[in-house]
Amino acid sequence: MALEHIDDSEVDIVIAALQSDLTSFLNAWRPLFSRFHLIIVQDPDLKGELKIPQGFDHRVYTKSDIDQVIGPTTSIVFSGYSCRYFGYLVSRKKYIISVDDDCLPAKDNDGNLTNAVSQHLANLTTPATPFFFNTLYDPFREGADFVRGYPFSLRSGVDCALSCGLWLNLADYDAPTQALKPEHRNLHYVDAVMTVPAGTLMPISGINIAFNRALVGPALFPGLKLTGEGKLRWETIEDIWCGMCVKVICDHLSIGVKTGLPYVFRSDKGNPIESLKKEWEGVKKMEEIIPFFQSVRLPRTVTTAEDCLLEMAKSVKDRLGGTDPLFARAAEAMVEWVKIWKAAGASHSTLGV
Amino acid sequence: MPRGIPLLKDELDIVIPTIRNLDFLEMWRPFFEPYHLIIVQDGDPSKTINVPDGFDYELYNRNDINRILGPKASCISFKDSACRCFGYMVSKKKYIFTIDDDCFVGKDPSGKPINALEQHIKNILSPSTPFFFNTLYDPFREGADFVRGYPFSLREGVPTAVSHGLWLNIPDYDAPTQLVKPRERNTRYVDMVLTIPKGTLFPMCGMNLAFDRHLIGPAMYFGLMGDGQPIGRYDDMWAGWCTKVICDHLNLGVKTGLPYIFHSKASNPFVNLKKEYKGIFWQEDIIPFFQAVTLPKECTTVQECYIELSKQVKEKLSKVDPYFDKLADAMVTWIEAWDELNPAGAAVANGKA
Repeated sequence: MALEHIDDSEVDIVIAALQSDLTSFLNAWRPLFSRFHLIIVQDPDLKGELKIPQGFDHRVYTKSDIDQVIGPTTSIVFSGYSCRYFGYLVSRKKYIISVDDDCLPAKDNDGNLTNAVSQHLANLTTPATPFFFNTLYDPFREGADFVRGYPFSLRSGVDCALSCGLWLNLADYDAPTQALKPEHRNLHYVDAVMTVPAGTLMPISGINIAFNRALVGPALFPGLKLTGEGKLRWETIEDIWCGMCVKVICDHLSIGVKTGLPYVFRSDKGNPIESLKKEWEGVKKMEEIIPFFQSVRLPRTVTTAEDCLLEMAKSVKDRLGGTDPLFARAAEAMVEWVKIWKAAGASHSTLGV
Repeated sequence: MPRGIPLLKDELDIVIPTIRNLDFLEMWRPFFEPYHLIIVQDGDPSKTINVPDGFDYELYNRNDINRILGPKASCISFKDSACRCFGYMVSKKKYIFTIDDDCFVGKDPSGKPINALEQHIKNILSPSTPFFFNTLYDPFREGADFVRGYPFSLREGVPTAVSHGLWLNIPDYDAPTQLVKPRERNTRYVDMVLTIPKGTLFPMCGMNLAFDRHLIGPAMYFGLMGDGQPIGRYDDMWAGWCTKVICDHLNLGVKTGLPYIFHSKASNPFVNLKKEYKGIFWQEDIIPFFQAVTLPKECTTVQECYIELSKQVKEKLSKVDPYFDKLADAMVTWIEAWDELNPAGAAVANGKA
């Protein structure tokens, strides 16, 4: 299948800097990143200046930039991993690719370095197929196709809004799981991309993600901040919360979410047992929100990502806000975010259904 | 040739439809010899099918089917591999593995022969996870686990009713795709198993399939195909759609992915086109039908679900073609025949609605 040609100028790479020295990180990604513009957002809690090697077309945003653009807000906190959403806000590109600053390019089963950037873009520029499962996975990949029994009317697919990549070495497990198997590393490179079916919920990890900003930009937002949220992924669920909302919105707008390739190599970091105390809150919260997400429905009349997010916020406030101030705050943050997004003139025309 | 542990050798039957010879069994001998085979001979019953020495088997031809089922034999297809479902009905075992006679032992990327039966058994004996998608695929596989954000309350999973395997070399394409891509071969070994989410339909191929007969057996009716019928090559598709809807209703799981077999024979695409042609149009009505089907809470056994489904087929699909009226009747006949041959299992509630 011929890929839509993408200009490098249509892509921004957004990196949340949770560490000051990005030298080895960026040097490792240099062959893949150097063609593109980088938006680097410094964690507002991180003091001092970032160390960035030469040769990258980039712009760094710090706490003062965030304060200037966002202004005073009580409900959104851009600290830690959430700072990258500021990067999504200020970007004006069609495609965004975002990886955590402790991830490196991964090697495939033959030992070759893989190109996470081109794979994400390939995922985003070929159709998704959420309404019927193809047993040979993404039919738009070379060497694959729709199988016998796949209805022809569903073969043109829908636009792909989100490309969720995976991780070798340190997989994105929660703290209890990693603590139980401290030596366990993901060595399993699975050569597949697939569309996550409509109506199916999933945990969308923010570690290695790309999206079509024109389609879903405002729907990726900083919303759910745990009381004990920390600087390690297994001390957060902000991306999981955001991802569940995005999936519901994509299903509603009949646009697709793909998962699978590309992989990144995630470096060892942190001690899961130390994190367990903080992380339990997230694990408990997931149980409360599942029935909500399984049943939430958006009105037919809502056709833009912004309006979908506002409706989601309403539902969150009505159905979860009463039980826990955490969700009430999340709902406020979602509403606030849409205001900020609109005020910053951040939207391209979003897809209507 | 490596030997896998013959797990479940007294609990599993291998069902093979054939009209030619069973030479392919020689290659499978190291993996199949411990098991009992049920061979369903299609086509001319006066022909003798040669079964290689050393296999424990029972063989049924059309005369046997007519003798055993009497007038109910009308539900079993003639001159089509759909007749294999007769083998499911007469089996006395808990598990069925069915394979086509042009499917050989495949090799994994390291060159090791794949013990397909062993993988199917692993898939079936470990839980499925249909309610929430795990981005690292089957969490019960060695080396995998549930990812961050996967609710703990859903980690126990549900019993697996079906294990759907795939094919290297000749892919299972429909005739139009075969005609357009006669040289395409599936060379991509995707090292994963995953649960097909609840509410998602898929095209089930009967070439390399295993299922728990006690959990879902009566739903595996392969329909009216072949001689005297307006359609062919939709037998497994039909069984798959019925099975998935019933599994979803009874909270049973369907897995797809590994194991691979090596599919050696490409059938004639022009012959296939003649067989499939009506199906290609009809599936545009069939799919929305299955997507919209709901089964009442009162249906708690597979048979009850299936009879209810047959009523809805008659009610909603007969207007597409009178064939569906006949098929709905045949579905009822099938259940009657199943219950007659399997009296003890008839009243078992196979799952919870």
